[in-house]
Amino acid sequence: MDFVASLVLVTPELQLTAAGLVLLLVAAWGGDKAARGIAIAAAAVFFVAGLQLIGPLHTGADGPDTLGFGGLLKVDSFALFAKALIYLAAIACLVVAPGFFNSAAAGEERGMRAEYPVLILFAALGMSIMVSANDFMTLYLGLELNSLASYVLASILRKDQRSAEAGLKYFVLGALASGILLYGMSLLYGFTGGTDFASVRAGLEGDLSLGQLFGLIFVMAGLAFKIAAVPFHMWTPDVYEGAPTPVTMFFSTAPKVAAVALTARVVFEVFGGQVSAWQQIVMFTALASIVFGALGAIGQENLKRLLAYSSINNIGFILLGLAVANVAGASAMLVYLFIYVVMSLGSFTALLMLRSEDGDLYETFGDIRGLAVTRPVIAWTLLIQMFSLAGIPPLLGFYSKFVIFDAVVKADLVAFAAIAIAASVIGAFYYIKFVKVMFFDEPAGVVTGKSGTAHWVLLILTAVIVSPLGYLLTPSLTDLADKAAAALFITV
Amino acid sequence: MDFPILTTMMLVPLAGAILCLFVGKDGGGAARGIALAATLATFALGVMLWANYEIGGAQWQFQESYDLFAGFSYALGIDGISLMLIMLSVFLMPICILASWESIQKRVGEYMAAFLFMEVLMIGTFAAQDLFLFYIFFEAGLIPMYLIIGVWGGDNRIYASYKFFLYTLFGSVLMLIAMFWMTATAGTSDIPTLMQYDFAPEAQTWLWLAFFASFAVKVPMWPFHTWLPDAHVQAPTAGSVILAGVLLKLGGYGFIRFSLPMFPDASADFAWFVFILSMIAVIYTSLVALVQSDMKKLIAYSSVAHMAIVTVGLFAYNVQGLEGAMLIMLSHGLVSGALFLCVGVIYDRLHTREIERYGGLSINMPYYAVFFLLFTMASIGLPGTSGFVGEFLSLAGIYQTSSLVALICTTGIILGAAYMLYLYRRVAFGGQVNEDAAAMGDIRPREWAMMVPIAAVVLWMGVYPESFLAPMRADIAVLDAHISASAPASDADLAAGSPREAAANAVEFDGEGEH
Repeated sequence: MDFVASLVLVTPELQLTAAGLVLLLVAAWGGDKAARGIAIAAAAVFFVAGLQLIGPLHTGADGPDTLGFGGLLKVDSFALFAKALIYLAAIACLVVAPGFFNSAAAGEERGMRAEYPVLILFAALGMSIMVSANDFMTLYLGLELNSLASYVLASILRKDQRSAEAGLKYFVLGALASGILLYGMSLLYGFTGGTDFASVRAGLEGDLSLGQLFGLIFVMAGLAFKIAAVPFHMWTPDVYEGAPTPVTMFFSTAPKVAAVALTARVVFEVFGGQVSAWQQIVMFTALASIVFGALGAIGQENLKRLLAYSSINNIGFILLGLAVANVAGASAMLVYLFIYVVMSLGSFTALLMLRSEDGDLYETFGDIRGLAVTRPVIAWTLLIQMFSLAGIPPLLGFYSKFVIFDAVVKADLVAFAAIAIAASVIGAFYYIKFVKVMFFDEPAGVVTGKSGTAHWVLLILTAVIVSPLGYLLTPSLTDLADKAAAALFITV
Repeated sequence: MDFPILTTMMLVPLAGAILCLFVGKDGGGAARGIALAATLATFALGVMLWANYEIGGAQWQFQESYDLFAGFSYALGIDGISLMLIMLSVFLMPICILASWESIQKRVGEYMAAFLFMEVLMIGTFAAQDLFLFYIFFEAGLIPMYLIIGVWGGDNRIYASYKFFLYTLFGSVLMLIAMFWMTATAGTSDIPTLMQYDFAPEAQTWLWLAFFASFAVKVPMWPFHTWLPDAHVQAPTAGSVILAGVLLKLGGYGFIRFSLPMFPDASADFAWFVFILSMIAVIYTSLVALVQSDMKKLIAYSSVAHMAIVTVGLFAYNVQGLEGAMLIMLSHGLVSGALFLCVGVIYDRLHTREIERYGGLSINMPYYAVFFLLFTMASIGLPGTSGFVGEFLSLAGIYQTSSLVALICTTGIILGAAYMLYLYRRVAFGGQVNEDAAAMGDIRPREWAMMVPIAAVVLWMGVYPESFLAPMRADIAVLDAHISASAPASDADLAAGSPREAAANAVEFDGEGEH
């Protein structure tokens, strides 16, 4: 494969890299005054990079033409789908950031820092590489680029104790997870003799040796850390609560997509011949995430913490699709990811709009009491998001569960599906608590601050997508997800 | 017919709901007007629907189908059973809006929007021809009902709303899994096709149980009924009317549309299970109703007892039982709705539902007492009212299958007379023991407008039930023919007689003379 063709494959990544480096220089010379301009430029770059994905997404990309740099990268439909979602989420997180950092919510460090958009750019670049990895080296490269940028993002409010704590926790646990993953990869390399996915897969044929099994389990554990699935989820609530809200919004969307996509690629392309070895692990993790995500959320007062548990719960459903281990399951998983990203963006945007008169941010249940009377639009959109997260029809969140359970039942895992769906009722409890607090309780009347246009646009847009109108998107969404999932199962 | 009348019937209230949401805080009056106009327009469309429904025509009429979504389709269509239940919904809706006219004073726009959404979903549930479309409408009703109970309900509304929501959600998610399995096996989610599909008998058992979990909670059957008294008591008057009038019918509709035609063998196997639960329900909830001191709670428990006679009739596996069950559902929808309205009328005046706080109302509210008496009698099942026809048919149906069940359920009717008459005596007869109750004025024009239509239909259905039976007859016959092969064993010892040679009233004719 010649070098030029490889470079053409990674055009969006090249653009992100170039933009990241240039904007870093601008940030260094222009300082925080240039932050707004940098954010706009970064969003524009994401938009342009995203536009280039549309064509190949529609025609579908798979087969040898998608391999780049001698098999290090694989830019197939699956990678394109994940990248498109990541860029969308990144744009949203850039759009809402100035409103947060330029208000009292940012505490002592009022004013958006110029590094924020640059870090988002690099994180997204890392994710782009992650999802198109076809070799454990590429995988680790992308993962670390993303992680390092994320650690800094978590603690971007340097003088805020919670933010610093979140950054530190994220870093220590993330590094540990990377270490576990790396150890697993080294075991696999040692026992199969290769780092590229195809040769590891070939080396794993037949019965697994003890070393290979350990390698597989360590890799799975490391990945579970990254997607915050039970039992490796403990860091999520703390990090989500401590990080500045736009960053939390970013964490709950783009890196989730990337990590899930990566996990799917690893289990299907590397361990695709050993389904029985990992399927039960994923099944357990999925059920445990659904149950613990739901139970953990019940006692929470802090809304960001609650949404952290909600994301764990959702990861459980996504893993259900993975556990099915066929094209339909993978496709359902991608549809779920899209809808989950939209719901997350919507709920966090609503959280970002819970401001006091002087712009400070509210984030507990006590503060949103009676929101339906004082701020009806925010309350109604949040109601839509919460019922959707709970999977109540006719909202789009139901469709995401619909496709997942359809795939699970079609694969004849009926008992598994029944347990999972019964556990999902536990989750409904805290989602409807949101509605109860906003609609049934007497108004607290503290949420009085105004929000910028960007927030309103994103809030309404996500609500419209999640509303029943979103079902009109499902034919094309399913089509794209099917193509992407099919690409995953073509071994080159 | 090319005009998509079913979709239009859903779009009209939907448009009204969206308008109501945007009238703002001070738009209470506007919201009431919009809601009444929208529901009346929908009712008018409903009348058109009935008028254009061709009795004896195709089984499924007014069919619409569009491929809008991935995974399931937007397919609507009705048969006689759906038609009658849709008519019930659109008939009760304007009355509910009237019932809330004065009693709802806060957040009127949102309240009316919730009711109109509810109407869209009810019509959709009865008209859906795709399994998943049905599920979406069926389940989506939780959202507006949760809000109606939680925002505008009584003192203990939060508990009641949670219980209602989680109970019904838990019931229906298992049904969803069964639906996936059915579509995977049959290769389609089209309801008419599935109604003809033969599932393997051992699979039917599981599928039946999954559907039962959902419908038994909705009906509700003993012992899954505990959410009902809470929800009824705490909901505002109109909320109770819709709950009792239409939402409980979703369970019965589910049995007649899904459980019986799709899993006839399993339904027969479980028939005695249903009978036993129903017999317990009839006796137990009637006795519980007898000791209630809260009027709404009493009527709520009576609903459980009446719905038990519906389930008995449905699983009797014969035409009388099925027709009777459908008629009880229609009649109970009207009568229990009307009884909740009667409670609402005096609750609006005195703000208490305690029976003891009233007494002697027939002295100061004579017209009210007349309506209340009529609905009480209809609830008991007095001949001439709608309640009699359904209960008689249903019990006649079950008598063919089991005389024991018929005996016990008939005892329930006697108990029903006891608690209803006892209620009526304490509220309307006797001396005027409470001064404030004695000072209440009789019903006003708005309340007349609510009571008269229901009373008229109750009498119409009692005197000439044929109007309501005719559209359903063919569909029930088809259903009966489909399921009768797997009917549970009957204890009636029917000896086939030999036919007479000539008709009993034949007159010998010797060929002479004139005719």
